Amino acid sequence: MSIAFGNPDRPNSYIGKTVPRPNAEKLVQGRGRYVDDITLPRMVHVAFVRAPLAHARIIGIDAEAARAVKGVLRVFTGADLAEVCTPWVGVLAHLKGLKSPPQHALAVDRACWVGEPVVAVVATTRAAAEEAATLVEVDYDPLPAVTDTMTALDADTPVIHPDLGDNLAFRRLHEEGDVDAALANAHKVVSARFRTARHTGVTLEPRSILVDWNPAEGQMTAYHATQAPHMMQTVLATHLGIPESRVRVICGDVGGSYGIKVHVYPDEVATAAISRVMARPVKFVADRLESFTSDIHARDHEIEARIAVAEDGKILAIDVDDWTGIGPYSVYPRTSAIEGNQVVNLCGGPYDFANYRAQTTVVFQNKAPTCQYRAVGHPIAVAITEGLVDMAAAAIGMDPVEIRRRNMYADDAYPVTSPAKMRFEGLSHHASMNKLMEMIDYDALRADQEEARKQGKHRGIGIASFIELTNPSPFMYGIGGARISAQDGCTVRMDPDGSVVALSGVTEQGQGTEAMLSQVVAEGVGVTPDKVRIITGDTQVTPYGGGTWASRGAGIGGEAALQAARALRGSILEVAASMLQADAAKLDIRAGQVVDADSGEERMPLEELGRIVYFRGDTLPKDLPRELVQTRHFITMDYPFAFTNGVQASYLEVDTDTGVVTLLKHWCVEDCGRVINPQLVDEQIRGGIVQGLGGALYEEIHYDEDGQLLNGSMADYLVPMAGEMPDMQIGHVETPTGESELGAKGAGEAGTAGAPAAVMNAINDALRPLGAQVTEMPFTPERILRALGKIDD
Amino acid sequence: MTKVFSDKVDIALTVNGEPVEGRVPAGQHLVDFLRQTLGLTGAHASCEHGVCGACTLRVDGQAVRGCLMLAAQADGAEVWTVEGLTEQGSSRDLQQAFVARNALQCGFCTPGMIVAVEDLLARGGVPSRAEIREHLSGNYCRCTGYEAIVDAVEGVAQARAGKGAA
Repeated sequence: MSIAFGNPDRPNSYIGKTVPRPNAEKLVQGRGRYVDDITLPRMVHVAFVRAPLAHARIIGIDAEAARAVKGVLRVFTGADLAEVCTPWVGVLAHLKGLKSPPQHALAVDRACWVGEPVVAVVATTRAAAEEAATLVEVDYDPLPAVTDTMTALDADTPVIHPDLGDNLAFRRLHEEGDVDAALANAHKVVSARFRTARHTGVTLEPRSILVDWNPAEGQMTAYHATQAPHMMQTVLATHLGIPESRVRVICGDVGGSYGIKVHVYPDEVATAAISRVMARPVKFVADRLESFTSDIHARDHEIEARIAVAEDGKILAIDVDDWTGIGPYSVYPRTSAIEGNQVVNLCGGPYDFANYRAQTTVVFQNKAPTCQYRAVGHPIAVAITEGLVDMAAAAIGMDPVEIRRRNMYADDAYPVTSPAKMRFEGLSHHASMNKLMEMIDYDALRADQEEARKQGKHRGIGIASFIELTNPSPFMYGIGGARISAQDGCTVRMDPDGSVVALSGVTEQGQGTEAMLSQVVAEGVGVTPDKVRIITGDTQVTPYGGGTWASRGAGIGGEAALQAARALRGSILEVAASMLQADAAKLDIRAGQVVDADSGEERMPLEELGRIVYFRGDTLPKDLPRELVQTRHFITMDYPFAFTNGVQASYLEVDTDTGVVTLLKHWCVEDCGRVINPQLVDEQIRGGIVQGLGGALYEEIHYDEDGQLLNGSMADYLVPMAGEMPDMQIGHVETPTGESELGAKGAGEAGTAGAPAAVMNAINDALRPLGAQVTEMPFTPERILRALGKIDD
Repeated sequence: MTKVFSDKVDIALTVNGEPVEGRVPAGQHLVDFLRQTLGLTGAHASCEHGVCGACTLRVDGQAVRGCLMLAAQADGAEVWTVEGLTEQGSSRDLQQAFVARNALQCGFCTPGMIVAVEDLLARGGVPSRAEIREHLSGNYCRCTGYEAIVDAVEGVAQARAGKGAA
């Protein structure tokens, strides 16, 4: 029996409704349990001595003064930890040619970026460990630092890792059709150079891990702020030589992730290795400077791109040359080539065109490593694509909405394969654009813009269509050899009191996983959501799964939960049919009661069924199955990824005297398939938009030419605060995926994917009458004034 | 340390209405004393230089950064944390509004946000959305995009003003 999603009055209709998050109340009361809130007996603290130079040979380490500090127990060097922890290499087989050198928990003989951990100091208090760390003297022999992406492959640039031959980590060229012919024969060709700044996640909870190796049990327990507990279980077991079954990763409350907490960090592995050596709990919580120097960075891309259009606005070709610098190592195990690869996969995404060429060049440099961060590659690809489309529209004198309508895939065209060879099951670009036009009242907004211009105010409207990659299959990582599960599982059981417990392999990072699972399970079984308890984030307890990344929690984990819940419902009804001498097919479960499906008449509460099964099983027929626990796993099979689509609009005002951009309002229409919880989806999109707005206007990690980080604090790396952010209106079109009964796709990254392009287009819409254009993010007052020719020094 | 300069300081203060005494390292921040010594883990240490607001506490009636104040400076002070506000029930409506409006995601900023909002609402009246945004500009939230927080605060301000008038 399938769920009649189209009928909002169906019984147990929790899927599609806003239900409260079961775990929100504890967080507003300050009763969350983040890693730093946990204290274990005999726990010690580790602080790291980090490289002050971007590239240097380590000549000697003198820790005598550090050891003399009261409370200091041990000091570990890279050589010490290399005896108990094997190095790792961040490559994947399907990213052909990707190379990276072995990386150790602590640098052994060479430091390759400012902030790389070199020495670990363990003490009874964090304060003592930090104080002692400042007293460790490391003798460095400076080596030349490579910091510029575009010259990293030049013959006179030093090679960071001589064993690898050059500074090229990865290069991929994709060509479809005849780009050169299309460019040569087009009505108009528009070129632009785009730049997206180096960002970092700035999770409010810094990276945190508390590892407890108990040799008496032969078990390691890691309390870890992570998105992927099972992946970390494998990583710690593999590199510390412990059987995978003897590593338990527990992930409680996590204070923000956004992709930052899905990677393997040397200081975190070092913490586990130190616990293995000292046989006692060791805690590491990064401080804010450590966050800026050692959390992964992302989005540091420079792009030359061209678009060719016909007189009628049809896109004839897109040609993209993308370069990115990833730091000295490809990050393990997901690799640092994925972002560039995504740019190749996603450019031109919404549009039906024939000739496409894109190349990404991924180079090593002596800066913090980059890796996957919310909306991996999307903000870059959308900025390139939507920037070019707007410039083309201006060049041929066409309205930016009209040129998009002439090129977007028709809503009845699916399934289709894009020129980037991405397969789309079903998208709704036109329906989404139509909905956006209603929401923003486009004509009225243009009239307001016109009126403002008469008063000397420079307002702009920016539109950005986009696609978003969600629900990844093993094509993302598994086929490359990484032990990262694309499948996810859920166990659902009914306890004697008729309540339901669901254990899931996806994790909660604040996005509302537990609420989503509770309502899916509630509807699937036939109880109210408050009767469902959700357990996530414990590798010893939950089914094996991938965790939370690439917007997979609802689409993959939700479907596993639905199937497990439906199976439990079947088990319950089989027992109920026997007890009631009825036909199971004519019974239903509604709000915790077994009822006649036709009349709705209550026949038996679940707690009565639970009492009989658990305590008076003797009264049931001997051969009657009574397994009130069911587990199901789900993996997508038909498509490598479930693409979603959407379109955003930004309305803003540029002060041409100061260069300051004021965001007036922002809109997003998104199609993430079946919406399970409207409020949670909207808030994911709002939060994502603001992260994208940060990239558009404020966020930029600065290094000098020697590889020194210049803005490693929250006072210097600007992030969006409440005062500058606009209100945002969110709308939906729903095109469920046919891969699952639930039909849900991901919604976590759409906001971040499209917001920077919408803002860029809005600024350029405002500046176009003044003959100015910006394409280098963030769009700071300085860059806008330079574009206007008001600063030229 | 010489005999003249002790690195430990004796303090006596009130935390969430309960008397507390402690002998604290001279350099220990108030938020670390609350978290590590008293087990009050509601206030969070995040930027540790007064920018993000996750450690916001109420000290002698003022919203204060727990990472910018030394525990030694709190001698004689009256300190309230989110745990105390919860037990006292004075922020119940605000906490309920945060849950109902989903004005939190990861929740790491929320305890500091609650204290900061109470600081604004204590001034009375119904602040405009712009005033709410301005007041919360010292409290960083990476998850929500702020709009849900502004909605929740606006609703509570209106409800409290309504009650006061009635």
